[in-house]
Amino acid sequence: MVDNPINIEVKDLNVWFKDIHALKGINLRIYKNEILSIIGPANSGKTSFLRTLNRLNDLTDGFRMTGKVIFDGKDIYSKDIDVNLLRIKIGMVFALPIPLPFSIFDNVAYGLQGRIKNNKEINQRVEKALKSAYLWEEVKDRLKESAYKLSGGQQQRLCIARTLALEPQVILFDEPCSGLDPISTAKIEEAMIRLKNDYTIILVTNNTKQAARVSDRTAFFLSGELIETDITNKIFTASMDKRTEDYITGRFG
Amino acid sequence: MKPHTKQRIAFSFLFLCTLLVILPVGLILIIIIKNGLPALSWQFLTDIPRAGMREGGIFPAIIGTFYLVLGAIIFALPIGVMCAIYLNEYTKENIFSRLIRLAIINLAGIPSVVYGLFGMALFVMFFKFGTSILSGALTLGIMILPVIITSTQEALRSVPKEFREVSFSLGISKWQTIKRVVLPCAFPGIITGAILGIGRAAGETAPLLFTVAAFYLPRLPRSIFDQVMAIPYHLYVISTQIPNIPEKIRYGTALVLVILVLGINLFAIILRIKLRRKQRW
Repeated sequence: MVDNPINIEVKDLNVWFKDIHALKGINLRIYKNEILSIIGPANSGKTSFLRTLNRLNDLTDGFRMTGKVIFDGKDIYSKDIDVNLLRIKIGMVFALPIPLPFSIFDNVAYGLQGRIKNNKEINQRVEKALKSAYLWEEVKDRLKESAYKLSGGQQQRLCIARTLALEPQVILFDEPCSGLDPISTAKIEEAMIRLKNDYTIILVTNNTKQAARVSDRTAFFLSGELIETDITNKIFTASMDKRTEDYITGRFG
Repeated sequence: MKPHTKQRIAFSFLFLCTLLVILPVGLILIIIIKNGLPALSWQFLTDIPRAGMREGGIFPAIIGTFYLVLGAIIFALPIGVMCAIYLNEYTKENIFSRLIRLAIINLAGIPSVVYGLFGMALFVMFFKFGTSILSGALTLGIMILPVIITSTQEALRSVPKEFREVSFSLGISKWQTIKRVVLPCAFPGIITGAILGIGRAAGETAPLLFTVAAFYLPRLPRSIFDQVMAIPYHLYVISTQIPNIPEKIRYGTALVLVILVLGINLFAIILRIKLRRKQRW
């Protein structure tokens, strides 16, 4: 993985929310077509880090940051960046499935409408996205139904399809299986592993076993600091830092 | 005394208090319906007042109220909704936004007769609209602005924050997000607020006193610069200014007003339930 070109480079990133120093001096490289998982206890800054990468933190009151996030050769926090375009290139799947109050089809087409004028192309993209998210077979005859009629696992795959429809380069997964049963979780993990061929994936997870199952590299966050990053196998068998080992073996967190 | 007995006494007392609240509402309805129902007829609703308002109907007043309310809502709904969107979606919590909120709360607390005076000074005299439907509708519109702003803000707040985040995360701009997700979700609440505003406007007398209401004008208005009769003001006139008027005409007028306002509110409630049932999240 480390041989792949760098996709995102985070340099000396500090983040504050009001007075709280949420991320402290993070340096991290994310390579193309890898799955990087981010593990760590609650309030360790995992989600804040993820939301820094697609500038979703901009919406939060009292957000301040220093440092650089280089993507496509540019700092995504520089002034001439089109945030909406950035969020198309760096898509996000949230912890809980949050379908918008539309039909299944319209949920996937939502990000495309207004951007793509050609209806035929929208249809093709929706179908392709649903297929990539392994949902097409289950919903192809009921695309006009409300997205809320789907089960939780199906809804989460719908949310993945919604992001895939925009054909991003990077997908951020924020604990995507936290509300799902084991079978739905397995389906989403399978989808992630296949998606790796076309996308770069950053996965925040509370489930260390999930990190071990799907990711190429793992980063361990603790109290806003990046403790260590390494090949997943190494982190789980021979971590450099005592705190990483303690967390993975369940001694705290 | 046993605790059980104490509890019973307390419950009875609370029940009595509740009864005291319901009682006046029931009595008002009963008295108005009992005395007013005999006056209600097709003629009463569709005829102009005759014989110095002692006979005939109240058709011009009904039409007048209809025009005034329509004008008020056409003016207040877009402004109120846009103001609420600005306050809720675009401003961050700071001194300026708190001042605006405070102003809106105060706007809701101003006595309606003061609105009347204000409307006269601004619309009738300064803008030279004269005593006219336009002046009256604008005055009513300003009066119901707080109702619309508050209920729209409530409706916007009830739209889950996550919907906005999801939309932003898909590269959709703020305005598009509001237009395509937030407003459709808030629609039932906004409509309910608008209808409650209509109900409030339909029942008010004081704002119309100096801005539009005609004492006696047994014809329909020809333009928005015409004066017009209105049901609440008409009721005031026939109850205090005209001697020897048959009681049933007064109560009949009151009944029409009550049915109108309660009907509008009931419609709002039913509409809200219907629309809410349609959308779940």
